[in-house]
Amino acid sequence: MTQTIAPPAAPAAPAKLPSAFRLSLSRAAIETRMFFREKDAVIFTFSFPIILLVIFGSIFAAELEGTGLNVSQLYVAGLIGSATMTGFQNLGIGISMDRDDGTLKRLAGTPMPRTAYFAGKALNTLLVSSVQVAVLLAIGVAMFELELPSTVSSWLTFTWVFVLGVLGSSLLGIAVSSLPRSGKSASAVIAMPFVVLQFISGVFIPIDQLPEWLTRIASFFPLKWMCQGFRAVFLGDDGATLELAGSYELDRVALILGAWVIGGLVLCLTTFRWKGRRDG
Amino acid sequence: MTTAVKVRGLTKRYGDVQAVGGIDLDIRAGEVFAILGPNGAGKSTTVEILEGYRKRDAGEVSVLGTDPGRPTREWRSRVGVVLQTANDVAEATVRETVRHFAGYYPNAQDPDRVIEQVGLAEKAGKRIRELSGGQRRRVDVALGVIGSPELLFLDEPTTGFDPEARRQFWELIQGLAHQGTTIVLTTHYLDEAEALADRVAVIAKGRIVAEGEPSTLGGRATARATVRWSGGAVETDTPTETVLELTRRFDGEIPELTVTRPSLEDVYLRLIEG
Repeated sequence: MTQTIAPPAAPAAPAKLPSAFRLSLSRAAIETRMFFREKDAVIFTFSFPIILLVIFGSIFAAELEGTGLNVSQLYVAGLIGSATMTGFQNLGIGISMDRDDGTLKRLAGTPMPRTAYFAGKALNTLLVSSVQVAVLLAIGVAMFELELPSTVSSWLTFTWVFVLGVLGSSLLGIAVSSLPRSGKSASAVIAMPFVVLQFISGVFIPIDQLPEWLTRIASFFPLKWMCQGFRAVFLGDDGATLELAGSYELDRVALILGAWVIGGLVLCLTTFRWKGRRDG
Repeated sequence: MTTAVKVRGLTKRYGDVQAVGGIDLDIRAGEVFAILGPNGAGKSTTVEILEGYRKRDAGEVSVLGTDPGRPTREWRSRVGVVLQTANDVAEATVRETVRHFAGYYPNAQDPDRVIEQVGLAEKAGKRIRELSGGQRRRVDVALGVIGSPELLFLDEPTTGFDPEARRQFWELIQGLAHQGTTIVLTTHYLDEAEALADRVAVIAKGRIVAEGEPSTLGGRATARATVRWSGGAVETDTPTETVLELTRRFDGEIPELTVTRPSLEDVYLRLIEG
């Protein structure tokens, strides 16, 4: 080719790059659309905590001594905690797959601001977790005599525990997504610690029945504190006597969840890989 | 004529392996430039440095006047990248995906027009998962050109294509080149380089061993010719004379006559072995 021709649709004046905010919403929209298209994954994501709640709630229906509460209410609070942490699993596995199937590399080659990718994932997670929690609450109320909190301050507690919990576990999920060697191994690598955490953080087994060394380990991770926060909301003062500390320690809940948000952010910024291991 | 890509003394080392050992390149705006070379020759490393995916160890690199080692969003919006393999966005449709990516760019083309241009108009509503390998590759190209790039990188774009799909793909690339897009192509197929490229560079062991037009690469046009006929063959600098002599010997038609010069493949194989 000897003559130069103007590139197609050459701009008369340099046009402005689309804003990071708009692209974050655009990413959230396409992530959400793709999430709901994987029908099998959607069904299992939403039915898993529901089935667990129905099974555990039905098996352990006994009353908790001296509190006027029953065990199934304890499970509702615990499972809401683990639904709040879904982002850990979804993002940990989802981003590993994105790294493996070329999504991340393709995006890195476009002018999309990198924050838009993370914001899109976070918004999608917030939506999925909210739906899960709403369904759990509905079932708790309908089947297991769960009482929704009646005070504004309880709903405020619920909101901050939920938001800090989702944020912290999403960031942690983004950080652990760099651990699996490939997208195929991701579900095994990431589901395992999540299941273990659920067992030692008071989701499946009431925390006062666990050996002290296990609760001490669980105390380092956010899930125990999220569950504790939700128990404060749904079991109220009557349940406080069941806590190891004799109270819900909401100040410590806030402190530790906040620390995980900051720690998760630092981990993401320092360890995130846009490329797969085979890409060098 | 302006320069789209300028490289001087580029080096890159992975541990003990010198992947790129001092490369100079000049790619002119508006040309189709093919980079050939065996696996592990440093081809992909070089291209990924130009695309802003990898850091270099040393050397000067300028792509559209910008150092790709410090990519900005503005620069990214002027460069299109079609990577080797990708299986992403499987659950989105072709139209949704192209529209979504159009949103990243300040001067995006009309998504429907681009879909038509890559020959996927009939598949626009299909999910990408349902497409054939060749159709997926067209989506990759659509996403590479949606932002109206001045420069397009194509990394082994037709690997795994059947011959018909490859011909159609070539036409697509030729169409883009005619619109003035600078194209940098890596490929294993020498016929592809010959069909598409204005100039080629052969990389072997991290260095450029030959550079030029496909028809004259490595002294191809002036190399000794081989004259073959039923019953014999000679290598000669003067094939016309040989044919004249044979005509006299056979008194007319020479049975099974061919006169060949080394193909691009012959030249290439000699270059990468040397």
